[in-house]
Amino acid sequence: MPINTILITLVALLIFGYFLGRKRSLAVAGSTAKGYSDLHSLPSYYGYMVAVWAGIPALIILLIWSAFSSSIVTSMTISGLPEQMQAQSKQQLGLVMNEIKNLANSGLIANETDPIKQAAAEHYQKLTHINTMAKTVVVFVIALIGLVLAMRLIKPETRARNIVEGVIRWTMIICASIAILTTVGIVMSVLFESLLFFTSVSPIEFLFGTKWSPQTSIRTDQVGSSGSFGAIPLFVGTMLISAVALCIAVPVGLMSAIYLSEYANKNIRAFAKPTLEILAGIPTVVYGFFAALSVAPFIRNLGESIGLDVASESALAAGLVMGIMIIPFVSSLSDDVISAVPQAMRDGSFGMGATKSETIRQVIIPAALPGIVGGILLAASRAIGETMIVVMAAGLSANLTINPLEAVTTVTVQIVTLLTGDQEFDSPKTLAAFALGLGLFVTTLVLNIVALHIIRKYREQYE
Amino acid sequence: MNEILETLPGTTTQSLQSDEPKPEAKTRDEFDVEIDGTVGQPFVDNPKMSSRNCDVFYAEKQAIFDVNVDIGRNEIIAMIGPSGCGKSTYLRVLNRMNDTIPICRTTGTHTLDGEDIYAKDQDPVLLRARVGMVFQKPNPFPKSIYDNVAYGPRLHGLTSNRSELDDLVEASLTKAGLFKEVKDDLQKPGTGLSGGQQQRLCIARAIAVDPEVILMDEPTSALDPIATAIIEELMDDLKESYTIAIVTHSMQQAARVSQRTAYFHLGRLVEVNDTDKVFTNPEHQLTENYITGRFG
Ligand SMILES: Nc1ncnc2c1ncn2[C@@H]1O[C@H](COP(=O)(O)OP(=O)(O)OP(=O)(O)O)[C@@H](O)[C@H]1O
Ligand SMILES: [Mg+2]
Repeated sequence: MPINTILITLVALLIFGYFLGRKRSLAVAGSTAKGYSDLHSLPSYYGYMVAVWAGIPALIILLIWSAFSSSIVTSMTISGLPEQMQAQSKQQLGLVMNEIKNLANSGLIANETDPIKQAAAEHYQKLTHINTMAKTVVVFVIALIGLVLAMRLIKPETRARNIVEGVIRWTMIICASIAILTTVGIVMSVLFESLLFFTSVSPIEFLFGTKWSPQTSIRTDQVGSSGSFGAIPLFVGTMLISAVALCIAVPVGLMSAIYLSEYANKNIRAFAKPTLEILAGIPTVVYGFFAALSVAPFIRNLGESIGLDVASESALAAGLVMGIMIIPFVSSLSDDVISAVPQAMRDGSFGMGATKSETIRQVIIPAALPGIVGGILLAASRAIGETMIVVMAAGLSANLTINPLEAVTTVTVQIVTLLTGDQEFDSPKTLAAFALGLGLFVTTLVLNIVALHIIRKYREQYE
Repeated sequence: MNEILETLPGTTTQSLQSDEPKPEAKTRDEFDVEIDGTVGQPFVDNPKMSSRNCDVFYAEKQAIFDVNVDIGRNEIIAMIGPSGCGKSTYLRVLNRMNDTIPICRTTGTHTLDGEDIYAKDQDPVLLRARVGMVFQKPNPFPKSIYDNVAYGPRLHGLTSNRSELDDLVEASLTKAGLFKEVKDDLQKPGTGLSGGQQQRLCIARAIAVDPEVILMDEPTSALDPIATAIIEELMDDLKESYTIAIVTHSMQQAARVSQRTAYFHLGRLVEVNDTDKVFTNPEHQLTENYITGRFG
């Protein structure tokens, strides 16, 4: 049976097991002549218990089997090949195996001219078939054993409720670990590829170099084959644009949050809050062309009219638009925490003869600070990771500048340009993307740690 | 005072176990007594604060009906009455805290030292510095103990340099009976204190701006008996320099700390009299019902 059929049948078996367990528990309880009031748990828990016993071991076996069977089948097929073929290099062997697999899956073995491959494909097919059969049988046998065992376990004093509780707890733990493990996996892979990159480009050059031009030639006889990978301009560009964006988003977001929570009446709030949040829902590509086609030319014209030299793609344009985009991150979170400051704080301050704005500045903002910092950092990491707006409005040239009127580029944009188009997978140019990704990751990580630290320190002080 | 306490029902379980028939069965019409103006002596000579024809509305709903009362100088006046009868609302009239509730509307004439506090040119913010308030739940700001007490003086620019401010903070904490306990922890957060200490911190905060009147809305209802006793003692000291209006649900407390007692009922001021008189020989039937526990 193919794997989905196995799964569906298994589920059917579990449902069957559930009803069986339930019924059995009622029967067991009935035999004590006291009704089933002496059951430790509700009958449905016995049903769940049986289903769990039948399902979980079988599922685990199925998973393990599926994970390892294909490589075992492959190696068995290879060992059936003639000696001289086995002696080939790994890559070539892999190619041959691919061919054989395709042949076996296509069902056109008879058309193959090479008798060795034909034989191997048949061999492979046979092995696969046996494998599937064995898998099906083993899984169902285990499911049935589990079911029977669980049925025998059902007695009035069996603590089915606690068993189910434990299973649920472990399910939660596993789900949580999946998220964590995925993160770890991504970090590891980025780290590994970055290390590869650092074998061809020295970390010193990457971290402290001020020239970024990753164009390496494919043939060694081309000119300018080396490429230079100084990431400083990219990180400075990222910081510059994020700083511009935060300069817009923090004051505007915070003020609107304060207005919404402290001054606006219910009707205005009901209308304005969702409207503000829509800003976060606009696709970044829309912001991007807005920035490139409307804001950048506007800034350029404005700059020219007061005698400033503004590039047609400027960090300022990208930063401004990005700032608008991340306003809701600041305002929405801040608004929530400001509204959560207890009324008693306000009363206390008003009762001391403070005005509204004094109360806001001296009592409400300090009380809401952890949440506000959280919102700002969220907005900051959003700004650092933003790509589309920058691609469209800030340009691709890796200038090392802190003048927002010039074109700059950012880490994310360079990752995009490095990985778009046909690439060799192990050229420094491609691997540089991983190193950049690692850099971004570390930056946001540090940002988060700092934020947590601030918040914790604050909490300690005021809770 | 002891005799009064003994006549009070709240402390003893007697009234719960007594063989008397349930009050409501017997005295339905006792509660339908007409409230026709305030009985007793609501007015005093040379009052610190006074209210005439006070009505308060929350949107359409009227919460206070025609209250007329004076608060004498350096006295503690207790305001008692069943829950929801408008004690807090009336108290908040006196420092215009009701202004912070958009739907709330206050009418009548209210004076502090003969000066109309609801006059057009009166700034409620300045008024609240003269009429301080302590709330039911201790609400120290999320700041250090020092900054909590210094909050008002800094707002109103009461001191010109740091050492004056230090002195003022120390003096206020001392008056509130808290200085000894916290003198080494002035920079620690005020929210880290115990409930009773927090409430005394709030009192210190209120007296730091040297108000003329202190309004207290159930200041001890969140505290244990020992913390309550400390604060009651404190109030006795404070009345030397301040006028205090206290809302309380504890009739023992009203009897212990106040000189005059005002009984509110369904938004009306039923009776104001000397505390001794209210608790031994109330003039109004409703007051008697309430203090003998035959209400609610
Ligand atoms: N913010 C408000 N909005 C609307 N109505 C209110 C508001 N505050 C109080 N009220 C109403 O005004 C009336 C008097 O309330 P108030 O809080 O003054 O009573 P209280 O005597 O202090 O009661 P308690 O002893 O329970 O504190 C009540 O009916 C209450 O529902
Ligand atoms: Mg109240």
